[in-house]
This record gives sequence, C-alpha cells and structure tokens, in this order.
Amino acid sequence: MSEWRYWLNEQRGTLMGLAIFLLMFAVYIANHPAGLTANVAQTAANKGVLFAFVAMAQTLVVITAGIDLSVGMIFILTNCLASWIVVGEPLPTALGVVAVLMAGMVCGAINGLLVIYGRLQPIVATIATGAVYFGLALLLRPFPGGSVNEDLADALTGRLFGVIPSSLVALAAAVLLVWLPFRRSRLGRAAYAAGSSEQAAFMSGVPIRRGKFAAYTLAGLLAAMGGLFLTFFTYTGEAAYASGSGYTLWSIAAVVLGGVSLYGGRGSAVGAIFGAFAARTTGDMLFVFDVDPLWQPLLQGVVLMIAVSIGSIALLRVRNRLDWFQ
Amino acid sequence: MSDTSENRISIRTRLPAFLRRADPAVLTAFGCILLLLFMSSLYSSNFLSLNYLLQQLKVASFLGVVAAGIMVVILLGHIDLSVPWVMTTGAMMACAAASFGGMGPVIAIPFGILCGAAFGLLNGFGVAYLRIPSMIVTLATNVVAQGLMVVYTGGFSPQDSAPPAVRWLATGFVIPGLPNAILVWIAISAVMVFLFTRTSFGRAVYGIGNSERAAYLSGVDTRRVVMIAFAISGALSAFGGVLLAGYSSKAAQAMGDAYLLPAIAAVVLGGTSILGGRGSYLGTVAGVILITLLQSILSVMQMPEAGRQIVYGVVIIVMLLLYGRTPPNR
Amino acid sequence: MTTAEIQATSPLFRMEGVSKRYGGVRALENAKLDVEAGHIHAILGENGAGKSTLIKIMAGVVAADEGRMLLDGREITFRSPAAAAAAGIACVFQELSLIPDLSVADNIAIADPPRRFGLIDRRAQRAIAEEALARAGAEDIHPRAAVKDLPLSRRQMVEIAKALASKPRILILDEATSALTAGDVAKVFAVLKRLRSEGLALLYISHRMHEIAELADTCTVFRNGRNVASFRAGTRSSSEVVEMMIGREYSNVFPPKPQRAAIAKPPRLECRNLGWGDRLRDISLSVAEGEVVGLGGLDGQGQRDLLLALFGVLRGTTGSVLIDGAPMAIASPAVARASRSAMALIPEDRKTEGLMLPMTVRENLSFAALDHVSRGGIIDRTAEGQLIDEMVRLLAIKTAGLDVPVGALSGGNQQKVVIAKWLMRKPRIVLLNDPTRGIDVGTKQEMYQLLRRLADVGAAILFYSTDYDELIGCCDRVLVLYDGRIVRELEGRDITEHALIASALNVDSGDREGTAA
Repeated sequence: MSEWRYWLNEQRGTLMGLAIFLLMFAVYIANHPAGLTANVAQTAANKGVLFAFVAMAQTLVVITAGIDLSVGMIFILTNCLASWIVVGEPLPTALGVVAVLMAGMVCGAINGLLVIYGRLQPIVATIATGAVYFGLALLLRPFPGGSVNEDLADALTGRLFGVIPSSLVALAAAVLLVWLPFRRSRLGRAAYAAGSSEQAAFMSGVPIRRGKFAAYTLAGLLAAMGGLFLTFFTYTGEAAYASGSGYTLWSIAAVVLGGVSLYGGRGSAVGAIFGAFAARTTGDMLFVFDVDPLWQPLLQGVVLMIAVSIGSIALLRVRNRLDWFQ
Repeated sequence: MSDTSENRISIRTRLPAFLRRADPAVLTAFGCILLLLFMSSLYSSNFLSLNYLLQQLKVASFLGVVAAGIMVVILLGHIDLSVPWVMTTGAMMACAAASFGGMGPVIAIPFGILCGAAFGLLNGFGVAYLRIPSMIVTLATNVVAQGLMVVYTGGFSPQDSAPPAVRWLATGFVIPGLPNAILVWIAISAVMVFLFTRTSFGRAVYGIGNSERAAYLSGVDTRRVVMIAFAISGALSAFGGVLLAGYSSKAAQAMGDAYLLPAIAAVVLGGTSILGGRGSYLGTVAGVILITLLQSILSVMQMPEAGRQIVYGVVIIVMLLLYGRTPPNR
Repeated sequence: MTTAEIQATSPLFRMEGVSKRYGGVRALENAKLDVEAGHIHAILGENGAGKSTLIKIMAGVVAADEGRMLLDGREITFRSPAAAAAAGIACVFQELSLIPDLSVADNIAIADPPRRFGLIDRRAQRAIAEEALARAGAEDIHPRAAVKDLPLSRRQMVEIAKALASKPRILILDEATSALTAGDVAKVFAVLKRLRSEGLALLYISHRMHEIAELADTCTVFRNGRNVASFRAGTRSSSEVVEMMIGREYSNVFPPKPQRAAIAKPPRLECRNLGWGDRLRDISLSVAEGEVVGLGGLDGQGQRDLLLALFGVLRGTTGSVLIDGAPMAIASPAVARASRSAMALIPEDRKTEGLMLPMTVRENLSFAALDHVSRGGIIDRTAEGQLIDEMVRLLAIKTAGLDVPVGALSGGNQQKVVIAKWLMRKPRIVLLNDPTRGIDVGTKQEMYQLLRRLADVGAAILFYSTDYDELIGCCDRVLVLYDGRIVRELEGRDITEHALIASALNVDSGDREGTAA
C-alpha cells in the first residue's frame, strides 16, 4: 500500500464525517432561496460552532472509552458565568474570559477525578456532576439575563474581511491550540491507548491516569469555550435545563457521525466537528424543504437511531459468542 | 473480591439475626430517612403528622413506580435514559385513548402502559441484539419518543385531560384515608419482590448483572432476559406517567423530565450497584422515600431549585463513592 | 554455590528467593535465577510451572511477595512495567501488549516517544520504528499500518520490534515465536544471535525443544513453581529434560479404571471434521457412554475452543456434531443443555464463567437448573431446596450456609459448586475445561472419584486438563492436540507422561522434530 492509502485509512472516520456534512450542506445550499451568501454562511457557522465545541469536548472523553453526560451542563454553567463577568473594559473582559475557561476546566477536572481516582462509572458520575453544574448555573441566573462585552461578542460572531465567519476562525484556533497539541502529546497518546486497550496500555508503561485526566480537563475547557460563544450570540445567560441536556445528547450523536468510536481509542475531534455541523444541518434541511417544524425532533431522533445502529455491523464478525460479553 | 466478602461476613456474624440478613446499604437508607424526619421535626412538628407523611408517600408512589422499572435495568448493569419521554408518552397516550369511543376509558391505562413497553422493547432490542451501549440506545429512544409526542400534540400541551379512571387511580380512595396511588405502589412492589426473589427471570437478572458470561454459559437466553427487562422498565415508566397525569389531571410536555435523575438516584441510594447484580428492592423503596422527603423538606424550607439540584448531585456522588466504586485495576 | 563462584560469574541480573501466591495457590516458590550478559538463557517447564509468573515479576507487571532482585549487583524493585523498562528490561509478552487502534510506529515508540517542543515528533518516531522493524527483520511491515489490521504473525513481529526499540539490556521472550511462520522464526533467530553477540542478556521461554537446542546457551527447568535444575545447553538429551519437567513430587490416588472391553458401548457424542477458522482443524472424535476421554497437549492448542464449539458458543464452525448417532445443530448453551443432548460444560474460569461470586451458594447451585425446579417461571422453593441439599451432601460442599456469597468459599468448594450446579441437571455428556486448576489435592481426588462415578452411571465425559498426571490417572483414552489438530490418540497403557509430553511437543519419543509447524 502506498503512503496515501494509510493516510486515508487513518482519517476514514473524519473523512466520512466531512462527506456527510458536505453532502447535506450542498443539498441545503442548493435548496436555499438565497444560495450560498456570506450571510447564510455566517448564520450556519454560528449555529454550528456551538455544537462543534461541545462535540469536541465529548470526543476527548469518548476517546478514553468514557462518556461525559455533564458536558451540556458545563456549557450552560459557563454561559451563565460569562453573562456576569465577561463585561466592561478590555482588561476585565479578558480576565473574565480567562476565568470562564478556568471554571470549565475545573468542572472537567472534577469529572476526571471522580472517574479516575474515585473509580466511579463515567455515566452516573457525570449525571450527578451535571446536576451540580446545572444547580450552580441556576444559582447564577435564576432568570435569564445579564450581559456581555458587545464589542467582543460582535467581533467573534461577525465576519472577517467581510466573508469569513469569525466564529469559524475561533473554532479553527481551538483545534490548533487545544486539539492538535493534545493529540500530538504523550498524554494524548496515553488517552487513546487507554481507550483502545487499558491492559495493553498498562503493560506498555503508558501514563494512563494522567492521560485520562488531561482528556476530561480539556473537555471542560472546550465546553467552556462553547459556553462563551453561546453568550456572545445571545448576549445573555440562561440556565435552561432542556438546552443543556439537548447539547449533551447531540454531542454524542455528533461524535458518532464524525467517526469516533464509542468504545474508545479511535476518532478525531475534527471528525466530531464535521459530525456536529452535519447534525446541525439536519435541522436546517427540514427548514428548506419546508417540512413542518413539528416533525423536526422525530426525524432527528430517527437519524440518530440509525447512526448509532451502524456500529453494530461489527457484530457480524464476532465468532466467539463469549466476546459479546466483554 | 473474595477477600472483601469474607471480611463482610465475619463482621456480620457478630450482628443480631435480623440485622445480619439486611443489606447495610438498605439500613443506611432507612437510617437516613429517620434522621431526616427527626431533623425536620425540630424545624416544625407538622413534619411528623400522619397527613403530611401520607401526602409524601402519595407523591413518592409516582417516583416509586418509575424507580421499580429502572431498577430491573440497573440490576442488569445497564441504564435506561429514555424514562422522561416514555413517561410522557404513557401519560399522553392514556389520555388520548380515553376519548376514543365507548371502549376508550377501559383501554386507556393498558394502552398507555403498552406504548411504554413498546419503547422498552426497542431499547432492549438495541442493547441485547445489536449490542449498542444501553446509554446510547435509550438516549436515542428518548428523542424518538419526544419527536412522536411533539408531532402528536402539535407542539402544545394536549387538549385531552386525564380520564376519571386515571384520576381515581392516582388520587381516589378505596380504603378511606389511604390514597389509591399508595395502594398501586404497594401492589407493584409486591409483584417486583415476587419477580426478584421467586422467579427464574429474577434470578437471571441478578445473574446477568454479576456475570453475563456465566449466565450465558449456564444456558440462560441472556438476550431475551435483557430485552424483557427493558420492556418492563418502559412499561413501568409509562405507568408512572399515567399516574402522574391522574394526579395533575392532565398530561403535559416534559412532565417526565424531573424524574430520570431522582429515579436513578433512588435506586443507587438504596444500595443497588450501578454495575449491576447487587441490590434489593426494599432498598429502592427506601431510596424513593428518602429522595421524596429530601425534595419535600428542601422545598418547605424554601430551598430554591438550584440548591436542590446541587444537593441531589452531591448526595449521589457521596453515596456512589461509598458503594459504587469499581475494583482497582491491579 | 560458593562465594567465590558468585564473584567469578557476577551475573547481570539475579533473582533470589522470589515467591508469589495468587490466593491460596503457590505460583512461584523460592525461585532463583542468574542471567548473564551475552547469553541466551532458556526457561523450560510444564504448563503452570511458574514461568509466566517469573516473567511478570521481572517485567514489573506483578510484584513478588518475597525475595529480591539484583541488577548489576544493586537491589531493584519495580512498581510498574514502566519502571522495569526504564531499568533496561524489555519483554515480548505472550498475550500481546500492543494497542490495537494505534499505528505500528506509535506502538513501537509508545513507552518514550521522541518529542520536539513537547509534542511527539512523528518523523523521528517513524525513523525509530523503521530502524526497529529492520533490526527485527520485519521490513515488510509499514510503520503507518494500524496494528488491528495486521495478522497475528505480523503483530508478533511488531511486538519484538517494540521490545528492541527500547534498547534493552535484558530481553525476555515469552513464547514469542508461537504464531510465527517458519521464515519469520529463522529471521528472529538470526536477530537474537546478533543481539547476543552485542552483549544483551536474553531470556527465552518456549515449549519447542528444537528451538531451544538451536538457540540456548543455558537452560533452567521449572517445576511446580521452583527452579529444579540449571545446566549448559547440549549437556542433556531431550528425553532427560522431559524427565526433569515431569518430576516425581507427588502422586494422586486415582480410582481404578474399568476394563476396556466393558466400555465398548455406542458413541454418545461424536464430531466429524469439526473446524473453526485456523484454531480448530478437521477434528473428529467420539466419546461413548461410560467413557472418560482426555484432551492433552500444550496449553492453547485448541482444546478450549473445541469444548466451546461443542457447547454451541462458537460461530462459524464447520463439520458436524452427532448426539447418540443423530446429527444435531447446537447453536447456543441453551440448546446444548436441553434434554436431547443434556450437555454440561464446566468452564475454564470459575470466577467469571462458572459462578456469580457475590450471589449466594443457593442461587448459584440452582442457576443452571431453574427450569427443572420451576413451573411457569415460578421457582418451587421446596423442590429447589431438596435438590440443593442432595447436591451439597453428594459433593460434600463445605459452606457456612446456603445463603453466604459463593465468593466466600475456598477455591475447591467453589469448583464443587460449579460441578454440582451442572449435576443438578443430570447431564449425559460432561465437558470439563481444566477443572482442577488452583484447587487443593484433597478436592482434586474427590473430583476424580466423581468423574469415574459419573461415567459409571452412563455419562460420556470429555476432559481437558493441563495436568498430565490427571490425564493418565483418569482417562480411558487421551487425544493430544497440537495447533488445532488431533495429532495423537493414546489408549490404556500407552498413556504415559513421556508419551504425553513428547506428543504435546509434537516430537517423537526420541529427539527427532515433529511434522507440524
């Protein structure tokens, strides 16, 4: 096999996510009354970026063969926090942004500590921490409100040079500054190794615990970035339970669509970003095809159901039935 | 693993007989209930009145029915996150069936439960035969159920109000002074205890929760057991929804949202291992009462929703750290 | 050994008085080992002689209970495999330690990947991987290939390359050639000889006698967790080595076997040309009622797969299974245990496959026979209790009560529960997968009596054991498997330790090499 075929094999999941997204987006644009204008692109980007951040966060945890059901609540909590502190002069605003990101990291780190050192099952541990994070969000914003530094918000949700949606640029920056370094670091490799086969990783002397902890913590950071952007779009903070659990749910769907294995060890956050945009476009598609918006949740549910069933094709290859039970 | 169970036995043999047989987690949960009642009685003596306690049991019975279902699934080592919208589906379908001609009121309750069981079967099929992680399948089912209900109601709360039979079941009295909802809960509890202790299905559930390999190699059709367990969970979720609709006299969007976390918490607080295979039904009853009391006292004390969420989360984490840890790696 | 001798040799690595227990089972007892630089040191021993435990302790995977290890004369302890690797000990494990989803290069450099500015330098990593693969003689493997896409033999080569890449001073190879093709084995041998000349110490564990004869400078034989002999290679014949591996430490009392003529009954269980991928090849056998047939051979030659295949666990088997002369499709354990075949399988690992440890003795005992004591899914507690009492008495299970968790019982009694749980169904065909591993001698003898009694009342018994004494003492016939095939059938007086070990190693009784491989 030549070099590029190996590359293709490595990136298969990500490319599949990209293909799904491009296909859906092309259909969407082709049927959009205005076509692909800078405006349409900006709106699509801004809506998709929120999903993308949360999906990236979920990817980091899923790679370690875990799951983070509190990711949507961290997103909501940081949104509420940002609506208090990302305000005023440039300096306080900057400090506020840093504090919001730190808060997200602390939430992620707490999840990591409970799962790794507390040896709790990720599912239940993160359901419980999710309740705590949502409670804190409600404490901050019992009613929707607050504000944000509007100059910053407009700059990050507008367009660069009149064409490029600046939210996409911010997303790319997150990929370059958080995801790629993580993936290329020893800890990132440890997270992959632990997710793929914890026993083999242990035998190989990989720093399993630190790798997993880094994954959970960075997941909190990425969710907080999403929370910041939510504040920039809405100018307010709101502790909406349905929104938080919705983002958690769709982050899992995006991860699956983006070719990340729920059993750990395989996939890329870039794929999950495409998965998030694809999931986002599902909603928009129904709009351009003039489907009654009432049908939207059902169709999305069916798409999700199909997406998660695809993985079970691998079952056909199992030859020893005892392998079902591992 | 065998070391810890040996230790536990040696401690237990020194206890009096009736305590020796009980699960320490169940005793802890009942102890917490007494402690809560005692502390709240210092705040106001009303907390110990028969009326208040019966009222709490009535409220607890909705959660109790849902928790009974989810416990079957948790004992298997799985989880059912489709509770919120399956509950809502059960409630809405029962209300809808009631207005369906002459037979309507008769079939209302069974029809609601049947819809729940159907969603449960969908979950069970995904988990047992497609071997998709239960968390994912049940999340997806939750969305599908929500989607169906949104289409059905047109996005608004449904027009049908709860039929009299449903209302009677939730709020009426067969025995004066004792609300029917409590009777329903007692009846379901009796069935569950029978199921867990006297049937081969119950034994299989515990067996699969402990080691699905061993159960399979013993000749148990583990996939069928898993599927039935999810169907039971779906049916009881829906039944909980029906009762709730009777209590509030109508079905509403998102009425089940507030039940998923407390139901899981009640099961776990009652000493059932989230990894499956261990736990007693009595513990779940204790967990349900504990959660309901906690909720009620926090709201009487005017603790805001935010505080309640935080208290839940923290209580669950602490209890999990006490009971629910996986064994260390080496 | 005198002080003068110790100073004279001054080994690179020394292990003294090392012991390790798993629960009540003694895996290694007062083991001693000297490893010298520039030598290939072969470790020999039967299944369960303690070789794997020895390696795991050296590689930091498990910690020893007693004893000490010296490297360059300094005492060392390893808290983790990483610590052992840092000290220069690399291990090629029998169960592969590769991470399936990562690429070959990622795996080779996993312990300490090259870094630039804190990030993994992929170009440098690739260079390392290519060099290591070349040293191992596996240039055909592409460094970017994902490990899970490689066949087993290639993975084993990657494993060797990975061990070489860490530039070890001591290299341990545990059955490292078991999955390799003949061509690969030649390459690996050349590599090992070169490493020896470069001054590495190599520890080579293998069951293949001819490999040891070709490679080793020194041999150490292990038996029952102790090192029983060390000698220079080539000073003992294969036959003598086999005798050392067998030893004469204990003998068990076995019940008398019936005369051969008395059991010429029709076959109850037969299989014809049974195959399963490359793990089982063309297996034909028959077991008559009243007969105890043993499965012999080295561990992992397909014996477990054969039992699982008969019990309906494996998918995609070829060939046919006949019960009482009639073909029967057994698609699951549920079908296997049903009344027509009435099979029972005593599984390999009682802790995860035979029992539910936290559940009570009562619940475990009746778990496989609930359909016998229930009506309409409702358990008849009286019937259940009677059957359980009968079994507890029959097998003399020692327990503090029926309602204690089965995990609290001793290993021997746990195993009795596993067997009793199946006897409750009155099986007509009993498959046993190494049922006496890790249990005490007394219980073992009770089990032998039980096997014979079962056969006497008409059951057909297929019995896999890693303990050759048991096969000799219990079985009317023994089928020896090698590489998924039946290579030899021994009957009556021909079942001897020498014959068993020789055919297990697939060599003839002399020193000539066998045909397979």
